[in-house]
Amino acid sequence: MSSPRAETPGANRRLMARRREAGLLLLGLPALLLLALVFAWPVLRLLSLSVEGGTLAHFEKAALDGLYVTVLLDSLRIAALVTAICLALAYPVAFWLSRAGRLGLALGMFALLLPFWTSVLVRTYAWMVLLGRNGIVNRMLRDAGWIEAPLPLLHNTTGVLIGMVHVLLPYMVLPIYAALLRVDPDLSRAAEGLGAPAWRSFLRVTFPLSLPGVSAGCALVFVLSLGFFITPALLGGGHVIMISMLIEQQVREFLEWPFAAALSTVLLLATLAIYALIGRLTRGARLATP
Amino acid sequence: MPRHRNRGGSILLGIFAALVFFFLLLPLLVVFPISLSSAAYLQFPPPGFSWQWYQRYLDDPGWIEATIRSLQVAALCTVLAMGLGVPLAFFLNRSRLPGIRVLDRLTAAPIIVPTIILSIALYGVFARLQLIGEWYGVAIAHTILALPFVVILVGAGLRSFDAAQEQAAAGLGAAWPWIIWRVTLPQLRPSLVSAAFLSFVSSFDELVLAMFLSGASMTLPKKMFDNILMEIDPTIAAVSVLQILLVAVALGLTSLFGRGALTTTITR
Repeated sequence: MSSPRAETPGANRRLMARRREAGLLLLGLPALLLLALVFAWPVLRLLSLSVEGGTLAHFEKAALDGLYVTVLLDSLRIAALVTAICLALAYPVAFWLSRAGRLGLALGMFALLLPFWTSVLVRTYAWMVLLGRNGIVNRMLRDAGWIEAPLPLLHNTTGVLIGMVHVLLPYMVLPIYAALLRVDPDLSRAAEGLGAPAWRSFLRVTFPLSLPGVSAGCALVFVLSLGFFITPALLGGGHVIMISMLIEQQVREFLEWPFAAALSTVLLLATLAIYALIGRLTRGARLATP
Repeated sequence: MPRHRNRGGSILLGIFAALVFFFLLLPLLVVFPISLSSAAYLQFPPPGFSWQWYQRYLDDPGWIEATIRSLQVAALCTVLAMGLGVPLAFFLNRSRLPGIRVLDRLTAAPIIVPTIILSIALYGVFARLQLIGEWYGVAIAHTILALPFVVILVGAGLRSFDAAQEQAAAGLGAAWPWIIWRVTLPQLRPSLVSAAFLSFVSSFDELVLAMFLSGASMTLPKKMFDNILMEIDPTIAAVSVLQILLVAVALGLTSLFGRGALTTTITR
């Protein structure tokens, strides 16, 4: 273990530490190499295509052409809507989960995680079956006599929103649930003991303390929505175009690599900006495992 | 206690939660009856019972090939993500090098960068290397997506692990590889199981990268995507049911042997 002629203990320890660091670095190196070669380099190479030839023309095109601006704004609008709907649905569910007994918690987690782990494609297909003109939902509503003409639920923004909320809801519920678990129940009990009505103790005590979870969930859902591809492509039926679909089209149909690269840069910058913004709002609020 | 005052509120809350859970499970429940329908095309409720769509799935070499390819891709992705990601997690959590925190953050980048960007970036590189259509190319690309999750899960396991046990073993004269193998890894098992599950399922279901990189040799999600675009016939429902069952079994096994860490990745 130790060298035969022990020098000063300090030097010995330094040598051990250096050997330890070298060993650890060796462990990390293969994965870091893979990340550098198959992730960092290709992505940076793509992004650099956007300014190829030292011109910003491709960004100009993205910023000035009405079509692309519309798509960008639409993507942002859809992402914001999805985030808002998810928050409205997720908070009560997370709150219920945080107060549920063992059985309720197990069932709730099952209902949350099974869809979460089911392929997005399977779920999107199921929504197509449910929401179509002659889909299950419309048939049932018509049979019940509630509607006369089928509701337009598929191949429009409504369908895209339903599908996206379904995919992203767990990403909102789980961080809020984790945050609620860490709120000391004694605090709201104390507030109520001091005479505050339950709604008031919730609004003034529990809710503010759960905000880190809310913003983490919102950041996650917003950013993931912004880059969504499969669900809008299938449920939008070509009527809803999001920025990721535009990028795909530019590469596959028009082979417009530099322009696709410019759009990718815009998407990436928007994503990073949102992360940074939310990170600033909730500085230091990292969530633990539930 | 004033508990009973908000009884009505908590009942409403329960109903609301139940409705949301119903919304979440609805698409999964719908594919079961459709997959067992005797109708020649999509019809609900099904007029009769039949295994024909499962039969058609099993008889179609295209579906079977795609399934096997996806299993291969997911298996290789799991091996790579675990083989590279677990040592990386050790490095990132144990090293005291300056800048290690930054590096730790950077390894999460594949989660943040939208998949479509990674997809076209790799599409360009793989096309030049003539890797499009090679199943292992898809597996390598999937490994990039799985690595951060492995690092997060195993890292969480490592942080809750008491390193004094390793020092004790070292003090008793055990060699480091032996200590890692016999002391550290067994205690990390729940995290390792969860990480492996996550790598496998995320690769098995992944579509966007596969769309660009799998070329003519399709993975199962790519085949399903094309099928949905062309015709909605209940074969997809049968495939979907099989996929849901696979995930349910894996999820059950993981919660048995893994840690409730399946949610860690999301709430990180």
